[in-house]
Amino acid sequence: MTMIFGVPLAVFMGQLTLGLVNGAFYALLSLGLAVIFGLLKIVNFAHGAQYMLGAFAALLGFRYLGINYWLALFLVPLVVGSFGMLIERFLLRRIAHLDHLYGLLLTFGLALIFEGTLVNFFGVSGARYATPEALQGGLNLGFMFLPTYRAWVLVAALAMCLFTWFMIERTRLGAYLRAGTENSQLMQAFGVNVPLLITLTYGFGVALAAFAGVLAAPLYPVSPTMGSSLLIVVFAVVVIGGMGSILGAILTGLGMGVIEGLTKVYYPEASNTVIFLVMILVLMLRPAGLFGKEA
Amino acid sequence: MADSQALNAPSAVKERQKRAKMRRNMFYIVLLAIGLVAPFLAYPVFLMKILCFALFACAFNLLLGYAGLLSFGHAAFLATGGYVTGYLLASYPGLTPEVGIIAGTLMATLLGLLFGVLSIRRQGIYFAMVTLALAQLMFFVFVQSSFTGGEDGLHGVPRGDLFGVISLSSNLAMYYFVFAIFVFGFALIQRTVHSPFGQVLKAIRENEPRAISLGYNVDAYKLLAFVLSAALAGLAGSTKTVVFQLASLTDAHWHMSGEVILMTLLGGVGTLLGPLMGAGIVVSLQHILAQSPLGNWVSVILGIIFVVCVLSFRSGIVGELTKMYRKNFK
Amino acid sequence: MTFMKKTLTASIAVAAASTMAVSTAHAEISDNEVRIGYLADMSGTYRDLAGPGGEAAMEMAIADFGGSVNGSPIVIFSADDRNSADVGANTVREWIDQRNVDMVGGLVASSVSIAVTKVLEENNGLGIVSGSAASSVTNEHCTPNHIHWVYDTYPLANGTAKAVVEQGGDSWFLLTADYAFGHALEADVTKVVEANGGEIVGGVRHPFPTSDFSSYILQAQGSGAKIVGLANAGADTVNAITTASQFGLTQSGQQLAGLLIFLNDVHALGLESTQGLLLTTGWYWNMDEESREWSERYFEEVGRMPTMVQAGIYSSTMHYLKAVEAAGTDDPEVVRAQMADMPIEDFFARNGSIREDGRMIHDMYLAQVKTPEESTGEWDLYEILSTIPADEAYRPLSDSQCKLVQN
Repeated sequence: MTMIFGVPLAVFMGQLTLGLVNGAFYALLSLGLAVIFGLLKIVNFAHGAQYMLGAFAALLGFRYLGINYWLALFLVPLVVGSFGMLIERFLLRRIAHLDHLYGLLLTFGLALIFEGTLVNFFGVSGARYATPEALQGGLNLGFMFLPTYRAWVLVAALAMCLFTWFMIERTRLGAYLRAGTENSQLMQAFGVNVPLLITLTYGFGVALAAFAGVLAAPLYPVSPTMGSSLLIVVFAVVVIGGMGSILGAILTGLGMGVIEGLTKVYYPEASNTVIFLVMILVLMLRPAGLFGKEA
Repeated sequence: MADSQALNAPSAVKERQKRAKMRRNMFYIVLLAIGLVAPFLAYPVFLMKILCFALFACAFNLLLGYAGLLSFGHAAFLATGGYVTGYLLASYPGLTPEVGIIAGTLMATLLGLLFGVLSIRRQGIYFAMVTLALAQLMFFVFVQSSFTGGEDGLHGVPRGDLFGVISLSSNLAMYYFVFAIFVFGFALIQRTVHSPFGQVLKAIRENEPRAISLGYNVDAYKLLAFVLSAALAGLAGSTKTVVFQLASLTDAHWHMSGEVILMTLLGGVGTLLGPLMGAGIVVSLQHILAQSPLGNWVSVILGIIFVVCVLSFRSGIVGELTKMYRKNFK
Repeated sequence: MTFMKKTLTASIAVAAASTMAVSTAHAEISDNEVRIGYLADMSGTYRDLAGPGGEAAMEMAIADFGGSVNGSPIVIFSADDRNSADVGANTVREWIDQRNVDMVGGLVASSVSIAVTKVLEENNGLGIVSGSAASSVTNEHCTPNHIHWVYDTYPLANGTAKAVVEQGGDSWFLLTADYAFGHALEADVTKVVEANGGEIVGGVRHPFPTSDFSSYILQAQGSGAKIVGLANAGADTVNAITTASQFGLTQSGQQLAGLLIFLNDVHALGLESTQGLLLTTGWYWNMDEESREWSERYFEEVGRMPTMVQAGIYSSTMHYLKAVEAAGTDDPEVVRAQMADMPIEDFFARNGSIREDGRMIHDMYLAQVKTPEESTGEWDLYEILSTIPADEAYRPLSDSQCKLVQN
């Protein structure tokens, strides 16, 4: 049996695969954050709560409105994204001219409100969301049994990442957005409705978080606090990748998933903390992150 | 106009400054007096909690309000001070409390130096994230170490006898000791802020490139502010451990870092008394709410306060009060 | 969910007003009131284990007792400890200093209980710990001022592990939460498994808390062990079980053993993923007629079936009040002695008695989670397999490190 650092090859491959799945998930979550910070310079500390709202919307949508998983994948990001747009229009816009750290504090407060309110109505125990039938069961990959649903998460997350990257870096809309956030007055002079673009972008970032939430609902118990532990990990990913960079967030997310996965094999007790170690190392060597634009 | 000339003549300005200083000193004396009689009017342990958190918030405010650096990892210093002091006092019954507190503060200072060196080069959000990461690593260390008692916490810290003679088991005696520590910390910050060092910090905060061009070693100044802030946060943690006779992971969790930000923001960033007011309000709020039917809504209410403060109350309570005072009485 | 609280407090106030005039020489009841403090996690991880439901149970006990003891009304204060030893100890300190509280109940997170019982010891108070799992509460951290009522990790680990090994589950993989509590569970289980002829073939320690268990479940599957033991609690256990079911752990022949899992966890997880899970419990709402009757009354009030902790809170409060009545005073030391003198035999505890280390021992039960087909209702979740007698279930006094025990 081939061993890699004392671990059988099959186990190693299995953990690597799981790491990739988790990585894709991190990438998706960090993506929304990277979009919001990279383009809007807003430090969205409510991202974890918005992810949780996505999962909850899927759960409640199913319970009370009979909305199934596939419909939820489409509908929930729209609904939660719109809610995000309201937040931007009525709250964030009022402090847009201030130091970015105020945005951090405002969204931090919002996260407390969302989580605290839901805890009061639903407790913390976490509710079950059934895996959609088409995705139940698993694939026998030889070295491991991979639940079909996790394979789906990998595919869906990567697809969404690709779509977002393409939209922002390769389309005209994305170009307007990038230009509009760099030089808003000039763009407005050209007739581009920059404030609307900003609102839509924040909404899009939130929608990405909510999309991740729907993907997560069958995986983890849906509880109001499910976002808060993920939040700082996601922030770390974005910081490591470079806060302005979409590509950075995607690649770092994948990379961190793999690093974390391997840590779980060799030194599991530290698997929650390894990302912070990496963050500190990266920031020492490359102050703006791996793909960041300015120091 | 002749009037404005007279108003701005050097002697007139000096006279105004002297009067302002006298007013300020009168204000402090009044606060001191209130502090001295307070334990007879309210529950001393509650007051001590406010004082410890107020010191923590003042320490944090030194870094944010005066040096312009938002640290998201200040809980690490609070916890280090608390755990080290707690461990020493609980394991070596011969040690007197002031020795334990000094030891805890020292450790927090060293940690501050380490963290400062690692993070001071970064700006804004990157700085905040690095401090958060470092604090998370410390949290991991605390969870893993046996001396902290991990999840169970460190218990059985004796109040002891101050200097070997004054017993601190009575809440009243303990209160005055804590009050003295707070006054010391506060005075230290006040002197620092009004000193030449404080002026340079202010210059750095307002226009860093200019300060650099004037030849100041900006990083050194920021680092010193950071270390001082960490030391005082550690002092707050150490004192708190002796008051409550325990130290726990709550002190090291990132929510604690968030709480101190809230206290400072609510009270008024960059004001001297703001953190004290903010700490008083937040601690009281948590206390009142915990025992009321609204107990479940504590974090929601704190969140609302955060949001409201950021939207319309950015100078904090003390800041707004100062503005009102200036508008109406000048 | 409005409990009887408002009506109860109002009626207590009225009763107080009227009995004030009537109270005679019962000055032994301090302040002419029996004051009970209820301290628990009301908004965090342990909210559903005790939380507001536990307070409701306490109120039920008070109401069933009659609302007053020898003419003195019974008053409850409640507070949320937010799982913080700081907040908990502080609250109790204040309750003692400012409100002369006579007994503190609830007490869920182990760190809170340990801190609070220290405060009680310094102030000669009395506490009844119902929610905490740590067996250290009556071991290294025992005090003459508290009683540990419902359960602790010793019978849970012992009961489940022993029964599982006897059933043939002799090779184990332990999934342990990496903190003191998890380590303690891991150590306890290892001892029991090995003592009964089983073997620990592997294990992994995961950070506390962890949200994604996929990697660890994979390792468990790879180990080839017959049993995967979950030496963790709360959200970690729930997450681990969910993930195990996704990865088809039980379908491929391995079995899960939950070392610290409660009714509310099984309810939240659903029978799909938990069916067949073996666990030990101190009580189950449907275990016999008496329990069922009480539980149905509770369900009317609260809307959920009670957990063993909530039932234990009722039981301990009732026992306390009976002791106060019998002793004629609410002095903590006297009442504590009186409580120890009286056996406990109610719908909650069978063969119950309080030992010198403060441990209330009573029969424990080995249970198995039903399959979805077997279950006839939302809360019909367990099948009780066997009883573990009181004198066998708990840590023997000969092994105790408690200072109150002569060893």
